[in-house]
Amino acid sequence: MAEQTADQIKEEIRQYILTEFLPGERASNLLDDTPLRTSGIIDSVGLLRLIDFIEDRYNIQVEAHEAGVENFDRIEDIASFIQKKRRAVPNG
Amino acid sequence: MAETSFPATNLCEYLEASAQRFSDRVAVVDTDGSSVTYGELNDRANRVAGFLLARGLQPGDRVGLVQPKGVTGVCAIFGILKTRGVYVPVDSTSPPARIRSILDNCRVRAVFADPRCAGVAAGVETVVVTGTHAGLASHNLPRGHIAWEKVLENEPSSREIISRNPNDLAYILYTSGSTGIPKGVTLSHTNALSFVEWCSSVFKPDEHDRFSSHAPFHFDLSILDLYLPMKQGSSLYLISEELGRNPRKMSAFIASNRLTVWYSTPSILSLLAEFGDLKRYSFSHLRLVLFAGEVFPVKHLRNIARQWPSPTYFNLYGPTETNVCTYALIPTPIPDDRTKPYPIGWPCSHCSALVVDDDNERVAEGNEGLLYISGPSVFVGYWGLKEESAAAFHGRDGRRWYNTGDVVKQDPADGLIYVGRRDRMVKRRGYRIELGDIESALYSHKQVREAAVVAIPDADAGVKILAYITTSHDAQPSIVGLKVFCSKALPAYMSPDVFLFSDSLPRTSTDKVDYQKLQKESTVNPESSKIIL
Repeated sequence: MAEQTADQIKEEIRQYILTEFLPGERASNLLDDTPLRTSGIIDSVGLLRLIDFIEDRYNIQVEAHEAGVENFDRIEDIASFIQKKRRAVPNG
Repeated sequence: MAETSFPATNLCEYLEASAQRFSDRVAVVDTDGSSVTYGELNDRANRVAGFLLARGLQPGDRVGLVQPKGVTGVCAIFGILKTRGVYVPVDSTSPPARIRSILDNCRVRAVFADPRCAGVAAGVETVVVTGTHAGLASHNLPRGHIAWEKVLENEPSSREIISRNPNDLAYILYTSGSTGIPKGVTLSHTNALSFVEWCSSVFKPDEHDRFSSHAPFHFDLSILDLYLPMKQGSSLYLISEELGRNPRKMSAFIASNRLTVWYSTPSILSLLAEFGDLKRYSFSHLRLVLFAGEVFPVKHLRNIARQWPSPTYFNLYGPTETNVCTYALIPTPIPDDRTKPYPIGWPCSHCSALVVDDDNERVAEGNEGLLYISGPSVFVGYWGLKEESAAAFHGRDGRRWYNTGDVVKQDPADGLIYVGRRDRMVKRRGYRIELGDIESALYSHKQVREAAVVAIPDADAGVKILAYITTSHDAQPSIVGLKVFCSKALPAYMSPDVFLFSDSLPRTSTDKVDYQKLQKESTVNPESSKIIL
């Protein structure tokens, strides 16, 4: 299967977050740089579910020290993190 | 009822006795892995007491604690108790206005605060800043604050000068109030001692046990965590908020520290079972798993019991007002076909239970009724709320019965079975939430005209909280914006899961919000973005 582009990843994550944490919200209100953790949109339990989704969907392993706001506060950061992890583990 | 006597008159005597017997044993392991012995902990607590007395603290004075969990907090708690003071632990992650309203409500005379939170205590007579890390100058610290290190330079107080009384208040725990103002549950030494003595007789811990401390100190599960190990000379392992949110790190922590007793809400055990990667470690030391605070969905309980097959499991039940008052041993493994939640079981030996109907008449076995609890662990009253306090109790047979507000039924084989509530209080992640408290916060949003909040059962999360909103402008606020607003106005566990917009709210014939209709509608179709009324 061809790997998703950065834009595809962002779109998939946006859809996941909208469905799971913001039911009823318009996609246009959830921007690539909308804060997720620091704004309270995703709480600590929500983060675990998001990571679970990302690990399954993109076949990567998120280590505990990587789950902070530097990688998980904004959709664009999450997408770059996923791409970085995939590059680090070829055919991972 | 006859006075019950305990081997202690004040909770701090558990520490004092263990400091005599086990001076060099580890009492508490801090969140950074460092530890203090019983001798050291008692010495520091004596210095805190010496400091507070020198600042003029009187018996019964309230002292706030606004800081992340740590050994300094444990030292401060025992120091406060030694002066016959009352500690008031406050969630340091709560919005500052909420923290301040609690400190003001019980008129604290002193506060121990982390540098990040100390600003909220400005104006309080004595403010101790407990952070030892660098960069204190960058925080907004109140004038005249005192550094924790200075407190420890005080001469230790000696116990002889204080005459202790078991009826003294020991601590105040604030819970969600229906009008948006947190409500202070006041508990005496007798209340806590009777509970700790019961725990000791049932769970039989000794000095070789290693206890978890997962719950924050403002949560009543912390009473078992703090005082049962202190009584027995066991070791207590403090779990930071950051670690407590991370199931993978937490399972490594439990295994590497060879914890023997775990106590938390079912939510945390569910997360451990689901995300903790438990198969990577051995948990052979774990002998006791205790849970309390909410109903444990059976599928999650089955999951944890499968992965941790050896410990004994207990379901502990009780509101903050009584602490644990009923308990049930959970036989494991959990059968695959079981779906109904486990009972809350039988009254603890220091408590009595009564199930009554609306006329306060005892109901027959098998029928539903309100659960009343009596016994030495039942709280003193709500701080500053005379009428609410009086209304919480019912006199009968010369005893004082607390109306838990929980509907239960009695079964000859299972004991008490929890059915639900008739009011608007729900439990999420072990926290008690008055739905009216959330509504009050939503009403302070300038675009919100009306708000009605309901909770519906959810197989994964236990409950899901839905907020129905009508707006005062044509422009509807974004859900993202409402989430952000709630995160600033409410503790995280109170933020609604779903926001629904409507032109108007359904009303009853007396023009009150028709919650039953909303509830029904929500259960049928919780995700609809607009309900038809």
